[in-house]
Amino acid sequence: MEKLNIMIVGVGGQGTLLASKVLGNVALKMGYDVKASEVHGMAQRGGSVVTYVKFGKKVYSPLIEKGEADLILGFEQLESLRWIEYLKEGGRMLINEQKINPMPVIIGKAKYPENIIEKIKDNYSNIITIDALKIARECGNIKTVNIVLLGLMAKSIDINKDVWIEVIKETVPQKLLEINLKAFEMGYNY
Amino acid sequence: MRKLMLGNEAVARGAYEAGVTVAAAYPGTPSTEITEYIAKYDEIYSEWSPNEKVSMEVAIGASIAGARAICSMKHVGLNVAADPLFTVSYTGVNGGLVIMVADDPGMHSSQNEQDSRFYARSSKVPMLEPSDSQECKDFVKEAFEISEKFDCPVIVRLTTRIAHSQSVVELGEKVDFTLKEYKKNFEKYVMMPAMARKRHVEVERRMAELRDFSNNTSLNRIEWGSKDVGIITSGIAYQYAREAFGDASYLKIGMVHPIPEKLIADFAKEIKTLYVIEELEPFIENQIKKMGIKVIGKELLPVIGEFSSQLIKEKILNVKTEIKVPINEIVPVRPPVMCPGCPHRGLYHVLKKLKLVVSGDIGCYTLGALPPAESMDTCICMGASVSGAHGMEKARGKDFAKKTVAVIGDSTFMHSGITGLIDIVYNKGVSTTIILDNSITGMTGHQHNPTTGYTIKGEPTRKVDMVKLAHAVGVERVRVEDPFDIKAFEKAVKEEIEAEEPSVIIALRPCALLKGVSYEGAQVIRKDRCKMCKLCLSIGCPAIVDKGDCIEINEALCIGCKLCSRLCNFNAIEKAGV
Ligand SMILES: Cc1ncc(C[n+]2csc(CCOP(=O)(O)OP(=O)(O)O)c2C)c(N)n1
Repeated sequence: MEKLNIMIVGVGGQGTLLASKVLGNVALKMGYDVKASEVHGMAQRGGSVVTYVKFGKKVYSPLIEKGEADLILGFEQLESLRWIEYLKEGGRMLINEQKINPMPVIIGKAKYPENIIEKIKDNYSNIITIDALKIARECGNIKTVNIVLLGLMAKSIDINKDVWIEVIKETVPQKLLEINLKAFEMGYNY
Repeated sequence: MRKLMLGNEAVARGAYEAGVTVAAAYPGTPSTEITEYIAKYDEIYSEWSPNEKVSMEVAIGASIAGARAICSMKHVGLNVAADPLFTVSYTGVNGGLVIMVADDPGMHSSQNEQDSRFYARSSKVPMLEPSDSQECKDFVKEAFEISEKFDCPVIVRLTTRIAHSQSVVELGEKVDFTLKEYKKNFEKYVMMPAMARKRHVEVERRMAELRDFSNNTSLNRIEWGSKDVGIITSGIAYQYAREAFGDASYLKIGMVHPIPEKLIADFAKEIKTLYVIEELEPFIENQIKKMGIKVIGKELLPVIGEFSSQLIKEKILNVKTEIKVPINEIVPVRPPVMCPGCPHRGLYHVLKKLKLVVSGDIGCYTLGALPPAESMDTCICMGASVSGAHGMEKARGKDFAKKTVAVIGDSTFMHSGITGLIDIVYNKGVSTTIILDNSITGMTGHQHNPTTGYTIKGEPTRKVDMVKLAHAVGVERVRVEDPFDIKAFEKAVKEEIEAEEPSVIIALRPCALLKGVSYEGAQVIRKDRCKMCKLCLSIGCPAIVDKGDCIEINEALCIGCKLCSRLCNFNAIEKAGV
């Protein structure tokens, strides 16, 4: 791998930070130079959040810009649509089918766009969608949505699965490890 | 060992490796995690202070007593701490003293976009600026050396993208630092006019030495490449510039005050076209121009917002990246919202209903300015709600005060609200102050404060009793109410604004995200009872969804606070699975 630009987008509170933390440490274990840029603070309160993870031989800017992302992991439909211009030509997007209404929609001042996934699929070739909430529920805890999605993403990145599992073990608290590993597998084998 | 670290975490590591034993801070994005990480080192006494001024004074005291000490704040925090800053510049230090300040270009989480580098210049204190996590650690260590060598505090400036980016850090060993001897020295530490006049001479002598130092330190370095284009830059802008220009020559400035004038002049001589690339103000640029050197900077680059490598390419190299998205949809914005279960939601339901003028403040509750609550009229800086309401009353009279309340969070009240309340009492005001006690500093991600009963390390401690405090400063009308008990709360607000004397309502209910706060879990809407009156939608809870033909509750978001079911006139909302 020469260089990989990955974006994780979603809604504050969905657990995107954990996913990027694991990804960053996987890249570090593989000996790459890594930079990741996160959003903390205000936007965390249910706002639109984005994390950039870049790795390769040498990384300068921590930001990924429009048209530069090899892979985008979208935790929510509208957020996937919002950030799609960051996708490189031919880049891959993984979309969780979950929908969360933003405030302008809740109060009736805007409309949640219809058929987002179909529209994206009609125009982009490399799209994978998943109902991660359903899988997390099957797995036994709906809070593992982020790990299911992490598993799905891992499958798209050419790094040995064992490295991912090793990093999850180092990151997740012991008592939640088993369920998280299960969620990871379910995403990976999706 | 190599570790992936947030810039803020690397600062904490640098403080640890430098042998720091005292750290104080008031939280503020993007600086908060510095002190949260420092608190994990058992070797370091650390604290959340009530505000930034106090945190700096604690660090100053520790330094004078011989320890290496650090205090951390966001850019606007340095305004609060500016008073001690300008004078500790005169006294100098004993143990090394480092002041961390984090600016927020682009205002991800701030009320303004001020450039803290000017503080370094006007207080005559050296300032360093790292450009990744490794430098965060290294520069903090170096800052302690500079502090002790030149007998001055040192400011280390971060910006959001440095503070909140992770990059690889090589960990080092902790140095052996032993407490320096404490010697009484009133000539140095008692700043009365006679002594301060002498110290000012010292400050100017020190600045001259620091200017020399800046030309020779490895904090400032030249990376030679093609000499057709030369870039003078610092901090995160260096990273963007490297990506935008590729092969060019770079003078990367790590010591941004005082700038290395001789190094800059030598660099400029070799270069055909010279640019200065810095976010926010032309701080470096104007100094270079004053030296008579021709550089291009803010003629092309904005003073507003963050940079990126695409922005630099576009503004300087005229290369535009245009991406066409083939999907023709309006994507609604997603501003931050109060969380499901947020106690502030009950408060704003009442304030909106009563159509009050709300003198506002900073915290999660500032979200009450946005739709659907749209209830907050002002938000200036921490503490300004209370004093601002008093000013409104003095401008428009007591009748206006009967339509006005100040709202302020528990942490913000401790930070700087209490002085405003004292002002109301002392100067015969009648304003009503509502203190939103959600038992935590919410906005910055759950830090303890003097009202929560725990220290930064989670140890139980004495807590400030806000009822007694309000009584003690002379407020006689003080009451505690639950903001989810909407009827009682409304009654309380009406009574207190009517009263022609100062009053305080403490709106008590913990943040829904706090550990130990548990509600009964997701609710559902019974379609057989729901009349589609949409009253529940008016509170703006992200878990309540209008499906057009019915209203549903999102089970993944709802925690079961039941504010909506308390409001519902048809008993249509109940626990799921009943
Ligand atoms: C001088 C200054 N310091 C720090 C901040 C960052 N900040 C904004 S609000 C806030 C605290 C909010 O806590 P609280 O008042 O308890 O309200 P809550 O968010 O819990 O509702 C902080 C630390 C700031 N804006 N200004």
